Amino acid sequence: MIVADKKPIEEIIEEVKDKHTIFIVGCNECVTVCEAGGKKEVGILASALRIYFLKEGKEVKIDEMTLQRQCDHEYLEEIRNVIDKYDAVVSLACGVGVQFMAEKYHSIPVYPGVNTCFMGVTEKRGLWAERCQGCGQCILAHTGGICPISRCAKRILNGPCGGSSNGHCEIRKELDCGWQLIIDRLKALGRLDEYEKIYPIKNWSFERSGGPRQVVRKDVQE
Amino acid sequence: MRLKYPANIKIVRVPCTGKVDILHILRSFEKGADGVYVVGCLEGDCHHHSGNLRARKRVEQSQKILEAIGIGGNRVQMYNLSSSEGARFARIAGEMVDKIIKLGPNPIKKAKQATGASGC
Repeated sequence: MIVADKKPIEEIIEEVKDKHTIFIVGCNECVTVCEAGGKKEVGILASALRIYFLKEGKEVKIDEMTLQRQCDHEYLEEIRNVIDKYDAVVSLACGVGVQFMAEKYHSIPVYPGVNTCFMGVTEKRGLWAERCQGCGQCILAHTGGICPISRCAKRILNGPCGGSSNGHCEIRKELDCGWQLIIDRLKALGRLDEYEKIYPIKNWSFERSGGPRQVVRKDVQE
Repeated sequence: MRLKYPANIKIVRVPCTGKVDILHILRSFEKGADGVYVVGCLEGDCHHHSGNLRARKRVEQSQKILEAIGIGGNRVQMYNLSSSEGARFARIAGEMVDKIIKLGPNPIKKAKQATGASGC
């Protein structure tokens, strides 16, 4: 899932303090799971903003809604009839949802309510960790299911580097060395021969270096 | 025991403090409460394992939010006591009321009165 973190409320207040009608829109998918932008977080932000504006003596109308997703036309269409009533939208979706909302309704300013961080997993409640960088050319088949692009700080393909010490990375002592994890996993699988292979230079044009990317699937297009 | 505690406290009963959410605390302030305190069982004594520990975290989070929006985080407090501590319950109620009186009323009350809005 896409992992996001809540923005400090002061930052959101700074963006919307001059507005009179604010629509806070959450997303029921990834940001709900990482407890940053779901229905509950929408309620908390709306309540906090109401208290703030009441304290300031300003009459501001704040409404809230949580869509199934903000990255699909069909769900964003659900607010078409109401969105014109507002001066501003605070979207608690990831950066994708915020942008799609802004693209679709360009007469209303859309402000992000979360900081979108990475694609990752819930290691335990309250701890999310990065697992994928969307490099566009998955090599997990050869690395024991552990990704050197996302788990190694240097994203090297033939690791570990000299900074690996007792299974930990030099950038943070509590961080596991991605390549040590790969070696341990391949050893457990009896596939250390995979480790002996030298990876050629990766074609980074499938990653962000090649500019904004698209996936085109003519077979499913209408 | 016939103990007395201040009459300006409204008790909201919940099955366990683990039920108390940040939203419940914020809504209380939105509706004009001057302070909120959550009274849970002693830590380690939760019948539901960790309800009171969760409540403490939510209280702390509420404090941060209220501080950030200028209401004051010290208007929210968590207390832990056992059901046999009636005298302490009364003492805590008095302690909390004294603290809130010193802090003054919820700042939104003044603003609501100034704008003529109802709801407090």
